[in-house]
Amino acid sequence: MLSSKIFVDKLRGNGFDFFTGVPCSLLSGLIAELEAIPEIGYIPSVREDAGVGLCAGAYMGGKQPVLLMQNSGFGYSLNAFTSLNLIYKIPVLVVMSWRGFGGKDAPEHIIMGDINEPLLKTSGMEYAVLDENNSDQVLATALKKINDERVPYTLLVKKGLFDERH
Amino acid sequence: MKGIEAFKVLAPLLKNEPTVLANGFISRAFFNVTDRKENFYMIGSMGLASSIGLGVALAQPERKTLILDGDGNVLMAMGTLAMIATCAPKNLIHIVIDNEVYESTGSQRTLSHEIKLEEVAKSAGYKQAMRVTRPEEIQPAYEKLYQAEGPVFLLIKVEPAFDASQGRVTHTPEQIRDRFMESIAG
Repeated sequence: MLSSKIFVDKLRGNGFDFFTGVPCSLLSGLIAELEAIPEIGYIPSVREDAGVGLCAGAYMGGKQPVLLMQNSGFGYSLNAFTSLNLIYKIPVLVVMSWRGFGGKDAPEHIIMGDINEPLLKTSGMEYAVLDENNSDQVLATALKKINDERVPYTLLVKKGLFDERH
Repeated sequence: MKGIEAFKVLAPLLKNEPTVLANGFISRAFFNVTDRKENFYMIGSMGLASSIGLGVALAQPERKTLILDGDGNVLMAMGTLAMIATCAPKNLIHIVIDNEVYESTGSQRTLSHEIKLEEVAKSAGYKQAMRVTRPEEIQPAYEKLYQAEGPVFLLIKVEPAFDASQGRVTHTPEQIRDRFMESIAG
């Protein structure tokens, strides 16, 4: 398990200073940690694509944004990523829970769980699977993509990586 | 009033405010009236002008920030009105050009013939929301809302009258981003 507190500290330590998202139970510990620190100013987004827009505006205004979502929200966000971030070159760090991984989940998550990686690949969204040992390394890669290539970078989060608080 | 008339009244009122313009005829028509580096022209991602503008306003709380939106865009992202009202950026002015149709795709009707979007914004929690229908009402309404604490909402009712022969935005998406970011940083 990766401590939500340590991961939030690492994000902030790497310069990420704008946080929004739509919840997933797999990310509940992470969001609780963000909400516990008032100066972070975590913003609940109503939809994932609205979160994409919000982060794009924040980035252009000088912030380094992080967007949290369940992979179901990747479907809602696909047009936003392809017709905003990927063509204007507007980066964002996406922390995406991988519901349906390995075909073991509620029925509504199975298909997206199966196509999550191929869909990221085919849409040109670079990503890494976050685990309890690689957070420094994947954040370094993410920052390089964000700062040098100015493209979104996604960290996939499997069940059990962060504590769930609900 | 035609949309282009509204833009011609509105354009000289703008100073150096970062302005996020919705996709479709809003961006194209305004580009042809006044191109400025503070204009972030959307060429896709319909519905997101409001969330992009909110992000800019929150990142730059000392700068007045404008959203130039359309009725179809607002209807697509009505939940974002709640986000704007809840985040309550004092520096945000949300202007909606309401022609009651999706004009750049052939003028299919939206729902704003019946739904009063300024009332939706007010109910969501915008500090003030106004509707104007005549060109001479635009400047006084804009100036009143500009002085007010945001977020505020100005709906400008127009006729569908977009000239499709008008050119598209000629800057590339990356140029649009760079100019916009430089105008904010600069």
